[in-house]
Amino acid sequence: MVNNPAKHSIWFRLHIDVPLLIGLLVLMSLGLAVLYSASGESTSQMFKHSVRLGIGFIAMFILAQIPPMMYRRWTPVFFVFGISLLIAVLVIGHVGKGAQRWLDLGVTKFQPSEVMKLALPMMMSWYLSQYHLPSKFKHIVIGAIIMAIPTLLIAKQPDLGTSILIASSGFFALFLSGMSWALLASLAALAPIALYVLWEFFMHGYQKQRVLTFLDPESDPLGSGYHIIQSKIAIGSGGVQGKGWLQGTQSQLEFIPERHTDFIFSVFSEEFGLFGVLVLLSIYVFIIARGMYISVKAQETYGKLLAGSITLTFFVYIFVNIGMVSGLLPVVGVPLPLVSYGGTSMVTLMAGFGVLMSISTHRRLLAQG
Amino acid sequence: MPYQQITIRDHSSESNLFTRRAFFAFIFVIILILVLLSNLYHLQVEKHETYKTRSNDNRISVRPIAPNRGLIFDRNGILLAENRSTYSLDVLLEKSGKPDKWLKRLADLLVLDDDLQKKFSKKFKRTSRFKTLTLKNNLSDQEVAKFSVNQHKFPGISIEARLTRFYPYGEALTHALGYVGKINKKELINIDQAGNSANYAASYDIGKQGIERYYENELHGKVGYREVEINSRGRILRTLKIDAPIPGNDLILSLDIDLQKTAQAALIGRRGAVVVIDAKDGGILALYSNPSYDPNLFVHGISNKDYSPLITSLDRPLINRATQGRYPPASTIKPFLALLGLEDGLVTEHTIINDPGFYRIPRVKRKWRDWKKWGHGKVDLSISIAQSCDIYYYDLSYKLGIDKISDFMGKFGFGESTGVDIHEETGAIMPSRGWKRGQYNQPWYAGDTISVGIGQGYWTATPLQLAYATATIANKGIIRPPHFVMQQRVQKAAQNDIINTEDPDRPPIVLRDDNHWQIVLNAMRQTVINPRGTAHKIFKTAKYEVAGKTGTAQVIGMKEDEEYDEKKIAERNRDNAMFIGFAPFDDPQIVIAVALENAGHGGSVAGPVARKIMDKYFNNKEKLIANGQ
Repeated sequence: MVNNPAKHSIWFRLHIDVPLLIGLLVLMSLGLAVLYSASGESTSQMFKHSVRLGIGFIAMFILAQIPPMMYRRWTPVFFVFGISLLIAVLVIGHVGKGAQRWLDLGVTKFQPSEVMKLALPMMMSWYLSQYHLPSKFKHIVIGAIIMAIPTLLIAKQPDLGTSILIASSGFFALFLSGMSWALLASLAALAPIALYVLWEFFMHGYQKQRVLTFLDPESDPLGSGYHIIQSKIAIGSGGVQGKGWLQGTQSQLEFIPERHTDFIFSVFSEEFGLFGVLVLLSIYVFIIARGMYISVKAQETYGKLLAGSITLTFFVYIFVNIGMVSGLLPVVGVPLPLVSYGGTSMVTLMAGFGVLMSISTHRRLLAQG
Repeated sequence: MPYQQITIRDHSSESNLFTRRAFFAFIFVIILILVLLSNLYHLQVEKHETYKTRSNDNRISVRPIAPNRGLIFDRNGILLAENRSTYSLDVLLEKSGKPDKWLKRLADLLVLDDDLQKKFSKKFKRTSRFKTLTLKNNLSDQEVAKFSVNQHKFPGISIEARLTRFYPYGEALTHALGYVGKINKKELINIDQAGNSANYAASYDIGKQGIERYYENELHGKVGYREVEINSRGRILRTLKIDAPIPGNDLILSLDIDLQKTAQAALIGRRGAVVVIDAKDGGILALYSNPSYDPNLFVHGISNKDYSPLITSLDRPLINRATQGRYPPASTIKPFLALLGLEDGLVTEHTIINDPGFYRIPRVKRKWRDWKKWGHGKVDLSISIAQSCDIYYYDLSYKLGIDKISDFMGKFGFGESTGVDIHEETGAIMPSRGWKRGQYNQPWYAGDTISVGIGQGYWTATPLQLAYATATIANKGIIRPPHFVMQQRVQKAAQNDIINTEDPDRPPIVLRDDNHWQIVLNAMRQTVINPRGTAHKIFKTAKYEVAGKTGTAQVIGMKEDEEYDEKKIAERNRDNAMFIGFAPFDDPQIVIAVALENAGHGGSVAGPVARKIMDKYFNNKEKLIANGQ
């Protein structure tokens, strides 16, 4: 591969991956339009959301300037820092909505599990990239232990949604590092046992209830099944063409719960129908494809693994969120990435894309070194 | 970095491995996206109709609209029962905020007593935030105006208009029209069992008494619906569709409010009742019972303060004396007995008896006295009615026996309800052997028949029954059952349909000899024209020809030698005054029955009441003719 500096555009020198940027901008514009409708045409929420988008872009831009080598160097420190925060939150954390997830920093409240969304894939990539690929069984086991520590700490808070996201980011690093298919198959066979352990020892009553409700929402239509039923009514009544922007009765008349956060996809599909859903999923697939392309093109194993697992985790957000609001998966608190209204998760996601852009645009320097 | 120095890494094979894995992962992503899509396709395309319906069920709520109750008019089109807008103050709790913030300020504007304020504050705490509560009903015009000006200071509080019943003639018509009131629990159960709950979904009132109750189904109308869009908390956002209610039928009564008011005026200061019937069709021209009360008090729910005097009063204003008052008919039944005597062949027009002032039946020591101490002397049928000779009827009834009397009087409607179109009616008592056995477990004695012969003893009748019987005798046996409602006007989109009330077919009374009718009617005419007739003085100046019969009923039993002295007897033990009559004699148009409690002589007290009403009736008629109608 010839890297001619003259060929690099201004965007490359700014460390911006243009296709990814375009994908993100299109997604966010769509997201803003839906949010306007889902928030009951609230301009104040639009403003707050835009501010967060701005912060997210700044975070992305800054993180894109840092070369991957630097990330790799500081990874262990960052990981240990993240773990300490998780322990801190269990000891002195702020209780919100019945879960200890927040650290009060005085100025702002902060969710340490967000740090781990980047710190764990970094740590996994750092550890696995030190050995030949495919990773040996021993390294897989050690990797699994590294991944288990934050996952369990977060599950204990309890925050099932985030711990699933964290665990999947670790798992993707293991998978991409060449973990053997035989091992994958045996893990799949062990999954029922793991689920049983999770159910018995780690899940809280309300989480179990959510799973039970998910299995049969109509059994409790006015209780916990209400959210899922109303969400499915919204999606289904949208039909192929949708009811039109701001015209969704399920959302405008407030039948959809948490309509501007976790259930924003229901609002979207009610108002824009199956056509809108196809457009939205295409944008997501485009972003994922670009992320995977970046990971394949990365020149260092650390960058490949990191870019790959960040991108695939992004997909997990999408899958879990859409799956839960459409009744395929139980309700776990996972937002629709870059569309749902919500603070820290958006900034973390943008930070992840910053790291992707860094990996994408620092290739020349690595090649020279 | 130590590892890089020790191992030589095969970057291209690692890179190929990664690329393969990334490719697998991407394929996996696509597969899962397709899983999501197929589920969304299932929801949005295959099950779209189901979810669309459920979404509409969510947001659309159907609210009932109460139909307008049918109006009631008199025979000349004068409105007797109307629907008026009344205003209530409604509070939308979600918007108003806690009452302690505004209730005191509101009390400065409107009349809100402390009790009402306390009750409302209590209710407020118990009611869901998204509901509406009524703070005060029946606001005065002044209150409406005052509040409207200051409405902007009270968010969430508004004035709502509702139609409620109003009776412009107040107590003049209470016993005929009855009234409507709030639907109570028992009525709600009845409505439910009749399968009418949907039709009453928006109705507040139901007919409680009189015509309002009897014609409830016709007056009520059919409920309408409004489809509204609501949010998840049940708040109404907008109206989508209206299915208008159908108003109830208007009722046109045979009643003449002018005559009714005349009857009311004639009864001032008396306890009693008047019934006036149109002899041609049985339509009730006037029916008044005194004392009466204001029906409007009951429409908004009567207060204890207003209600307790009505139930504790010795005058019992709640009783409809015209249809529920059981009065001994006294001498007013003499024409009917005379008719039976003729029919049975016991007497003829010319049969003469001697009246020494008392009557005895064989082997019984007791004397039955005539009201005229020294007797009437020689008496024929005509004199027996015109001068109301008791001895004639003691003898006649003794000879007839109770069985024949009871049977014959039954034909004129004594002892059973007339079937008038209000539910507040009694059949009173036409005694018979079977009746006495059932009531007292005693045999019938000959002496009992003697009392019955002058319309006393066990015999009682309502003024309506007397009017009905009089109409029948005046019409020579043709029966025209009494009724209030002449026509119903069905309100339809395009035109109004008129339904005429049809008389139930009751066979006429057929006599052995048709001339007997005229003999008795002539005798009733003599009551008025014979200078010694009991109603002569009252009607001698009348411009129309009246026939009638007076009656004076003892309220307390008298010993056989005791004399009745009006001045010595307590007011409530004085005689009841009765009168029946009709006019014109040749072609009966109007029939009247009057019963006045503890008033004295029938001729001198009850007669003038009938005179006033008949004067009014014929004066109005003359005016109509003069006006060329």
